Amino acid sequence: MSAAPAAIIARGLAKSFQRRTVTTTALASIDLSVAQGEFVAIVGPSGCGKSTLLRLIAGLLRPSAGEVATNGHAVTRPVTDIGIVFQNPVLLDWRTVLDNVLVQIELRGLRIADYREQAVALLRAVGLGEFLASLPRELSGGMRQRTSIVRALIHDPPLLIMDEPFGALDALTREQMRIDLEALWLRTRKTVLFVTHSIDEAVLLADRVVVMSPRPGRIEQIIDVDLPRPRGIEARQAAVFVETAQRITQIFLARGILHQSRGL
Amino acid sequence: MRGLIRRWRTVFGFLLLFLLWEVGVHVFGVREYILPPPSQVVRALVKNWQPVAASAGITALEIVAGYALAIAVSIPLAVGIAFSRAMEETVYPVVVFLQIVPKIAVAPLFIIWFGFGFTPKLLLVFLLSFFPIVIASIAGFRAIDPEIMDFVQTTGACGLRAFAKVRLPYALPEIFTGLKVGAAISATAAVVAEFVASDRGLGYLLLQYNGDLNTQMVFATVMVLGAIGLAVYFAVELLERLAIPWHASQIDRQDEPGLV
Repeated sequence: MSAAPAAIIARGLAKSFQRRTVTTTALASIDLSVAQGEFVAIVGPSGCGKSTLLRLIAGLLRPSAGEVATNGHAVTRPVTDIGIVFQNPVLLDWRTVLDNVLVQIELRGLRIADYREQAVALLRAVGLGEFLASLPRELSGGMRQRTSIVRALIHDPPLLIMDEPFGALDALTREQMRIDLEALWLRTRKTVLFVTHSIDEAVLLADRVVVMSPRPGRIEQIIDVDLPRPRGIEARQAAVFVETAQRITQIFLARGILHQSRGL
Repeated sequence: MRGLIRRWRTVFGFLLLFLLWEVGVHVFGVREYILPPPSQVVRALVKNWQPVAASAGITALEIVAGYALAIAVSIPLAVGIAFSRAMEETVYPVVVFLQIVPKIAVAPLFIIWFGFGFTPKLLLVFLLSFFPIVIASIAGFRAIDPEIMDFVQTTGACGLRAFAKVRLPYALPEIFTGLKVGAAISATAAVVAEFVASDRGLGYLLLQYNGDLNTQMVFATVMVLGAIGLAVYFAVELLERLAIPWHASQIDRQDEPGLV
């Protein structure tokens, strides 16, 4: 029995940007391995290169050094067997919710008829059954982001990449989205790489949390989260959650990314 | 209901303008050859409608043909500049430079090149309405959210499919803004071209009437010109409503709470 290749393997992955004479190292030598079906969150402050890391893995950026492979294939151009979700839902304003999901299929040149049923089913599952024919501007921020998530899943990719997908949502919507995303993930068991700057969100969602620090962006520590699923609202009270979140906070305190009260 | 009220208010605004004009002329005793009252302008137009209508046909043709040519050239050119680095570096600076040159200044040159006929008018209309459309279209193609293009890249879609399904619809609102500016300019361009040298058209007629101090007919001709310009503009707006009904600019304000 041959083991399935790792969903993501990065070795010595680095990226620097050159602007005029100044070179900024966004990401210094990242080594990371993500197993099939694993939910991995990347948490870190702004500027730690976590979005850059996602874009390198998706093949949207070329690394300055090192290499990355997804599902056993070296990444040399944009990876197409992934679903991608950004902080902004980036829907097409002129398309209805259903057509915004199906644009994924159209752009791939697949038969729409083969996916329509599944698109409707997924939209129903995320509570958008009544809004199939609505335009994005008629939806709330949370509903738009749900549409965007369904768009990233409709072609059934093995890997889902999410770049601060709940960053623009209010706290209550965010909590609900977190719970719904976990339910969706438990059903599909795709590999998820989830970038966030919320420690709570990372711990509540992920099997493993990659803690990053900035200038240059690097991995500080990778922490296993041993919390039973599904992790509902109550998970916030669990000792493991409190402890793990505390550990990550300590890392940020030690690195000077967070500070104790400065007695202002 | 609110739409009806709004339309009546618009009509009322114009009626008020004409009423003030009419009353003002009589009250202040303005001489007729300086500023005729609107009633006389309309009367003069009704009496002399034949030469005006014939000239209007010619000028309208110049406007429509020149404007259509401008659209046919500018949008493909904008696509080229927006999507080809080579074209952006060679053609775009030239376009920007030419846009700054006052193009009306070359109108006399067109007479030397193309004579007194239809061609120089067509070309001046083309030249003046061309630039706003190119500039707006380039801006439209460039305004795309880079994250949408990231998403499109992960689908592996070819350039043509991405263009048809994402990039072009995304640019349409800006393109229509350029089209409307171009439409407004095209009537001006035709009249200026006719001013410079012609023996027909509304611009020519306008100069004739002006030379005769026939102020009534000058006003009448200007009104007809305005009507042609308005017709082109509304045609574009109708097209816009059909092409981008989803855009914020097209959403019926009836749905919004009114300002009372």
